[in-house]
Amino acid sequence: MISIRGLTKRYGTNTVLNAIDLDISAGERVAIIGPSGTGKSTLLRCLNYLDRPDGGVIRIGDLTVDAATARPADILALRRRTAFVFQNYSLFANKTARENITEALITVQRKPRADANARADAILREIGLVDKASAYPAALSGGQQQRIGIGRAMALDASLMLFDEPTSSLDPEWVGEVLDLMRQLASRRQTMLIVTHEMQFAREIADRVIFMDGGRIVEQGPPAQIFDAPQDRRTESFLRRVR
Amino acid sequence: MRALDLDYMLGLVPVILGYVPLTIGMALAAMVGALILASLMAVERVVRVPVLDLFVQLFISFFRGTPLLVQLFLFYYGLPQILPVLAGINGVTAAIIGLTLHFSAYMAESIRAAILGVDRSQWEAAQAVGMTQTQSMRRIILPQAARVAAPTLVNYFIDMIKSTSLAFTLGVTEMMGATQKEAAGSFLYFEAFLVVAVLYWAIVEMLSFLQKRLERRLNKALTR
Repeated sequence: MISIRGLTKRYGTNTVLNAIDLDISAGERVAIIGPSGTGKSTLLRCLNYLDRPDGGVIRIGDLTVDAATARPADILALRRRTAFVFQNYSLFANKTARENITEALITVQRKPRADANARADAILREIGLVDKASAYPAALSGGQQQRIGIGRAMALDASLMLFDEPTSSLDPEWVGEVLDLMRQLASRRQTMLIVTHEMQFAREIADRVIFMDGGRIVEQGPPAQIFDAPQDRRTESFLRRVR
Repeated sequence: MRALDLDYMLGLVPVILGYVPLTIGMALAAMVGALILASLMAVERVVRVPVLDLFVQLFISFFRGTPLLVQLFLFYYGLPQILPVLAGINGVTAAIIGLTLHFSAYMAESIRAAILGVDRSQWEAAQAVGMTQTQSMRRIILPQAARVAAPTLVNYFIDMIKSTSLAFTLGVTEMMGATQKEAAGSFLYFEAFLVVAVLYWAIVEMLSFLQKRLERRLNKALTR
């Protein structure tokens, strides 16, 4: 169970996140949609303190992190319960595909190298990249890099997986394979919070869709309700524009 | 113009070669020390520890701002007068310490620039998987910075090898010191210094060859 209360982020006088309240239950798949610059990515980045929020409380299981009092140890604990998939993949450029997956298992989770390697190989099989195990990121296609990015996140066994527009940097030809992999994860009831512009995908895999605008959650509900019968005028006009 | 005394020169080569291990040894010891010190200072300059940052800046400023020869004299002839513990310091140790401090100041700036050149997203990815700052720096950022800094650092090493010749002013008989003695005995200054010049040159050329191989290895991660 994840609960977010009053999450706020400002840049100067500009309030990017305005007191966001959000609960996510274990196994829930939540998609966030909305116009650019409305705080969707900032929300995700504040959830693991890549951007430090100015206020608000995040609870994941028995861990509570309050922006007013969060210390480095709290932030580390929070990051170790979440996994993040970046829009630009952000694979470790000095590590092979396999090392990208094992790195945190060895340095953060202190797993023996053999166990970490076994886990990485299992994940590489699952994401269909066994043959790229010893390739460096620079030698991989965008789609392959993002699948490794997701594999790296999977290995962490995080309570919550955060996806920040995972297909937005991809050439159209690679989008499908990344979405397929995310479908697999969703079918396993991995708790996921996904910022996406892929409306069809959101409708298909999400239990709940959140529409954000102006740093606030405007409307949320099951996909059918949000996409077919939006209650708010802003949701309706956004959906009309993206269709 | 008189003819070169080639026999003398050929005879001198093995004599001076005998001092190559000392020259390389001093340079290697100073390089290891300078690399460690420079990396620590570079990381400090990036994260900026209050107070310590001022000391590091002062250190870098002093050792870049004064000639190496002056620094060596200061350590070897000057400091023991103030700090009697240093009275027994030998020339080799003093030279290694001097070279370490001097070159660490330059290398710190190169490494700092290389660290700042690593893409921000690499930091974020390391943080996102739960690494501490130290782990991120050591496992992800520094190895990538090393690749960028490598050519410059090898250049400093080359410079360092040549700078060990200054140790002869501290009474150390290394390549240059040995040559000086030989020349003083034979009065064939041109021949003697030409031989030592060529030997330094050969060492540096060998290093340049190794440098190319090192760079190819470090670039492995970036090539398709």
